[in-house]
Amino acid sequence: MEILIYGIVNSVSLALMALGFTLVYGVSRLPNFAHGSLYVTTGFITWLLLQRLGVPYLIAMLISLVFIAAVGAAMYNFILVRIRGMSISEIIASYAIGLAILEGLRWGGLKGTTHTLPVFASGSVDILGVVVDSHRLLVILLGAILVGLLWVFVNRTRLGLALKGMAQDERAALTLGIDSDRMAVMSMALGAIMAGLAALVLLPLGNIVVEAGYHVLIMAVAVCIVGGLGSWTGAILAAFLIGFAQIFTVAWLGPHFQVVVALLAIILTLISRPSGLFGRQKELEERV
Amino acid sequence: MEAVMATRRKERLDRGIKVRTDGIYAVSSWREIAYLVLPRLLLIGGLLLMPLLLSQAPYWQRVVSIVCIYSLLAISFDFLAHFVGLVSLGGALYIGVGAYIAALLNTHFGLPSWVTVPLSTILGGGFCTLLLWPCLPLRGVYFAIVSLMFPLLAARIIEALDIFGGTDGILGVDGFSSKWMEMYVLIALVLLILFGLRRLVNEDLGLVFRGVKDNDQAVKASGIDVITIKALGVFIASAIGCLGGAMLSHLYMWAGLSQFALDFSIIPIAATVVGGGGTLAGPVIGCLILVPISELLRDFGTLRIAVYALILCGFIVFKSEGLMVYGSRKYQQFERWVQI
Repeated sequence: MEILIYGIVNSVSLALMALGFTLVYGVSRLPNFAHGSLYVTTGFITWLLLQRLGVPYLIAMLISLVFIAAVGAAMYNFILVRIRGMSISEIIASYAIGLAILEGLRWGGLKGTTHTLPVFASGSVDILGVVVDSHRLLVILLGAILVGLLWVFVNRTRLGLALKGMAQDERAALTLGIDSDRMAVMSMALGAIMAGLAALVLLPLGNIVVEAGYHVLIMAVAVCIVGGLGSWTGAILAAFLIGFAQIFTVAWLGPHFQVVVALLAIILTLISRPSGLFGRQKELEERV
Repeated sequence: MEAVMATRRKERLDRGIKVRTDGIYAVSSWREIAYLVLPRLLLIGGLLLMPLLLSQAPYWQRVVSIVCIYSLLAISFDFLAHFVGLVSLGGALYIGVGAYIAALLNTHFGLPSWVTVPLSTILGGGFCTLLLWPCLPLRGVYFAIVSLMFPLLAARIIEALDIFGGTDGILGVDGFSSKWMEMYVLIALVLLILFGLRRLVNEDLGLVFRGVKDNDQAVKASGIDVITIKALGVFIASAIGCLGGAMLSHLYMWAGLSQFALDFSIIPIAATVVGGGGTLAGPVIGCLILVPISELLRDFGTLRIAVYALILCGFIVFKSEGLMVYGSRKYQQFERWVQI
């Protein structure tokens, strides 16, 4: 029972971390290796506003989400657009931006355990003999709501459909009057917001540390690759797969092996089934 | 301004001396010999003189050794990325494997450094190739992601299983007999590998390597096994990296988890981008610039990673050809504006 509940919490967290990454990659074919740094930056800005400037929690969260969306859009608009299509340069440049942000934050004083955000709901709930913090249960709820909202956005709104069109066939989308660069900017901003939302939901459970940035990046990449890059259902399924696998290894082998599971999952998936669980043939050709 | 830009373009022409020295007349005059040999002599002479010039500053002599180790790694990255077409973001794997093998051979079997270094080059190269073998069919981004994961995985596994000294690392590795020897051995190795690889990529084998990079279907159609060729390329590159790692563990008399750290993956890439990819000499120049900057910024802690990440980003976006390509263009060609 314990494994089931914590497994679900862990899986939903992983799905939250990965959604932004898979959104950006799905739409603009841009592996955003600065994803983890956007995550940490949101947490840090919220902390700054909340603890140093005394802004109310909700407003602080909104401001930092707007800020991070602007950062994401600016990153694409000024830097990444110049190297669009050169996949290796995209990886190296976005990874470099991410590194610069993370290590800059670390230098700017983001270390130790002093940076925490308050939980949304304190206390704990007893479910069939397992005591769980209320916030962890909220994570499940909020995660489900966010995934639902994103689904509605992508499938029911004009902008969302335009993004989907870009993801499916960029040229056809262009002929229909969808500006691919504008859409890519939008997708980066949205991806940044998703990273920020994940940070706001997940960071109150622990400290805001720079290492979280690297952790989130690895997890996001792992989930996306196992699920098939750019595939939504695949990403969520993979999040559950890896999430439960991690909880099992922690229960049986010890917490040290938690990251090893994700890395092994990536390597095994790429070797045995390069298109991922839900990947399509098109992607297979790209990879092998 | 825009109207002016639109009516003229830059024309580039090879200098006469470049054309002459390309062909059979290369040795017809001292001037032409100098034209060919001078840039190479500049690099060789500069590297050889550096330890002497810095003899008053022992700290910076150590930096010379570090520059050489990073250069080895950067050359191997450049070779693998621009001649075989496999972008390996995990250079730290090679350094770590080389360092651990050398340290284990030295502390457990008591082998001296002149045995452990060549041995760990070969063994480490073989080991890394075996590790990466299943990933070799992968292309581009996917190989990059997987190779990025390997050093992280290796560090985690050593930490989790608590093997090879766990988080403390392996202490008590023999150092070199003198600092002059360590510097000159490293400089000689860098020069040897640099000019050796430059020769290799112009041989038949280099042609096949580049074929794999540009069009692996064509190579396959010619009856050459692509995976074998890729494995050979990975072996050469990882052996060079492991050589650097082995030297590093003898240099610091220690092998530990920090040799799988991010620095060893990111500086060589930055150096290659700054120096100019695909030139092999460029990465060495990049290291000569970046590693001292990184040492100067050591007091600022992790800010140095941020600084060279930004340098890397600036170069890749605004000057992606790199210094070496830019320099050789200026050296070999002249430019002029022509009306369209």
